[in-house]
Amino acid sequence: MSSLISEAAPETAAESTTTFKKQRNGGGLGRYIVVRFLLIIPTIFILVTLVFFLMRLTGDPITAALGGRLNATQLQERIHAAGYDRPILVQYFEYLGQIATGNFGTSISDNRPITTILVTYGAATLELAFYALIVAFIVGIPLGLVAAYFRDKGQDAVLRVFAILCYATPVFFAGILLKLIFSVWLNVLPVAGRASTGSEFEMQDLPHTTGFYLIDAFQTGDPAVISDVLLHAVLPAVTLGLLTAGIFLRLVRTNVIGTLNTDYVDAARSRGVSEYRLVRKHAYKPALIPIITVIGLQIALLLSGAVLTESTFEWKGLGFQLAQYLGARDFVAVQGIVALLAVIVAITNFIVDVAAAIIDPRVRY
Amino acid sequence: MSTITTPPSGTGGGAPGSSPEPGSGASTSVSSRPAKPSLFGRLPVVHQLRQSVGLQRGMLVAGLIITAVYVICAVFAQWIAPYGFAQLRDASGPFGSQQPPSPSHIWGTTVGGYDVFSRVIWGAQTALEVMVVAIILSIFVGVFLGLVSGYLGGWLDRVLVVIADAIYAFPSLLLAIVMSIVISGGQSNLYGGILAAAISITVVYIPQYFRVIRSEAVRIKSEAFVESAMVIGASTPRIMFRHVLRNSTRTLPLIFTLNASEAVLTLAGLGFLGFGIEPTAAAEWGYDLNKSLSDVTSGIWWTAIFPGLAIVLSVLGVTLVGESLNDLADPRLRGRRAVAAASGTVAQTSVVPGGPLEGGPGGLAGLEDTEGGDDRDR
Repeated sequence: MSSLISEAAPETAAESTTTFKKQRNGGGLGRYIVVRFLLIIPTIFILVTLVFFLMRLTGDPITAALGGRLNATQLQERIHAAGYDRPILVQYFEYLGQIATGNFGTSISDNRPITTILVTYGAATLELAFYALIVAFIVGIPLGLVAAYFRDKGQDAVLRVFAILCYATPVFFAGILLKLIFSVWLNVLPVAGRASTGSEFEMQDLPHTTGFYLIDAFQTGDPAVISDVLLHAVLPAVTLGLLTAGIFLRLVRTNVIGTLNTDYVDAARSRGVSEYRLVRKHAYKPALIPIITVIGLQIALLLSGAVLTESTFEWKGLGFQLAQYLGARDFVAVQGIVALLAVIVAITNFIVDVAAAIIDPRVRY
Repeated sequence: MSTITTPPSGTGGGAPGSSPEPGSGASTSVSSRPAKPSLFGRLPVVHQLRQSVGLQRGMLVAGLIITAVYVICAVFAQWIAPYGFAQLRDASGPFGSQQPPSPSHIWGTTVGGYDVFSRVIWGAQTALEVMVVAIILSIFVGVFLGLVSGYLGGWLDRVLVVIADAIYAFPSLLLAIVMSIVISGGQSNLYGGILAAAISITVVYIPQYFRVIRSEAVRIKSEAFVESAMVIGASTPRIMFRHVLRNSTRTLPLIFTLNASEAVLTLAGLGFLGFGIEPTAAAEWGYDLNKSLSDVTSGIWWTAIFPGLAIVLSVLGVTLVGESLNDLADPRLRGRRAVAAASGTVAQTSVVPGGPLEGGPGGLAGLEDTEGGDDRDR
């Protein structure tokens, strides 16, 4: 078998290095970044177009939002005033033009510009996503290493079932369960919201509020406010974090096991390196590279999860607002928020891909 | 060790014409190959069940049992559930709302006055219906598009790939929300609701099937048997559906078990946000959880726990099956002591048609055998 590998290996290795060099000559990191950046544009364009036409298939947004409450002539006036009776292509190009200048429209139900909604609530969603990622890293990566170390043993099986459970539990059910246990039965953590009313008042008095409650809380310098904000964050962060932690766990496990089967680890093993050290020193770091790429894909999942988590915990972020507008059938606001999230996802993916390319040169093709 | 020292390079494993079936041609180097198992043994899940050992088998069996219970609940909901999903009263009067579990309502009643146990059982039926419709739709559309895109190539391929990638990167729940607005305007009756949820979910998963089938089609397109078919004069559709499609479906069962579980989650997510199916049209777990949200703060646990556990268990069961199949299909993840008999069948179950690779430098057949040998060495 070893002869088989040694026979096949030089060929493929030589082949891959030549093609690799060819591509390297074609352009380095700079070119990769530019190409990758240009790819954002069609992605955003396709999504925005898709969402626009899909939403218009149902009719105009005014009828959807106010249909039952106004009579026919009033409705016609509103539709005409908003320009929804013009040809759809005209509306579409106008919409594209608006988006290009950063104008995502105005909500119908409460007449607020979508960009204001983003600025007001975006910070809350970012804060939640940030906490969730921290939880996911702290829980997912070490447990993934443990599972890989004990692969095919009892500990591995328990951890794998745990990972599947993390994934199988809808975030809103996980949230409800945690709420029930920690807020209602044990009564140690707040039920919902981002901070208690007292702390919110205190933070509103600040000269420069950032919208990130943790930063604002530190600005007040009041330890009571800081602990209040942190306590409110625990349950939503764990809820959303566990969802991602399960994925990280599986990913780390698979990748570390994959690396443990490579030749260089075999070589280290034959030199007498202990199995623990193999996992800890040799297989761990290469296995982390794919995770960086996967975080990019997790952003989409994290945003989906954030919508549900925020609704569960009344965490007043973009997802919570989206659910509110959905309830009010305000499809202009929905369309705006969805389009905005598309932009956020596309840009995050770009950043993650560039980061992966900087860390791992093999990515730059 | 000695069984696999035959170099894969050169003339290839099997001498031409030495074996009647092409599948074994590539792996004649594995001399200890077992006899071809019976038809029953080659059925997708049964085969993996025999292939698995130890914990892997435990997980697969557990998954199969949970899934079986779930399917039974769904199919026989009518006879298992004591009340209808929209039933508010029986002969002895209304059920009352938020009643704690009691002999007449073993899991209590909801805030709307429904029987929790009945709604959980009926909910399995709704979830299964949505799951089946969603998977069938996405397999047909995704497989067709992937096949056309991968085999024909050209500008159509490039456009479809960009669109699929854009959709794939997008938060699936948001896309499902948009789709359900389009299809039903947010409100739905039974079949409209099921169809809306299924189509919303389908749109999210088409890119996944598309990607897998496309990459397989691109790979298989360059195999010699496709060229031979072209030389004989087979028409493009015939090659596509008879030769390429049949050989590119190997990974489908894996994706579809994983997608089945995601379909349940997406349906529940839609229901939780109020975009599911009306409570009078069908029972839906996500809707029930949404209604239980306010119960929880006052300590009423039975309205939330049971539908939630139903979601978790059904997803867990299907995912356990999917995970196990996935691990068994990936030689790198298979247990270190993978059964020798099973590893011999790798080349057969996967798409490594022996014939076309003859004369090639080892090719995939060589790789597969290396993997198999690797397992046995340890």
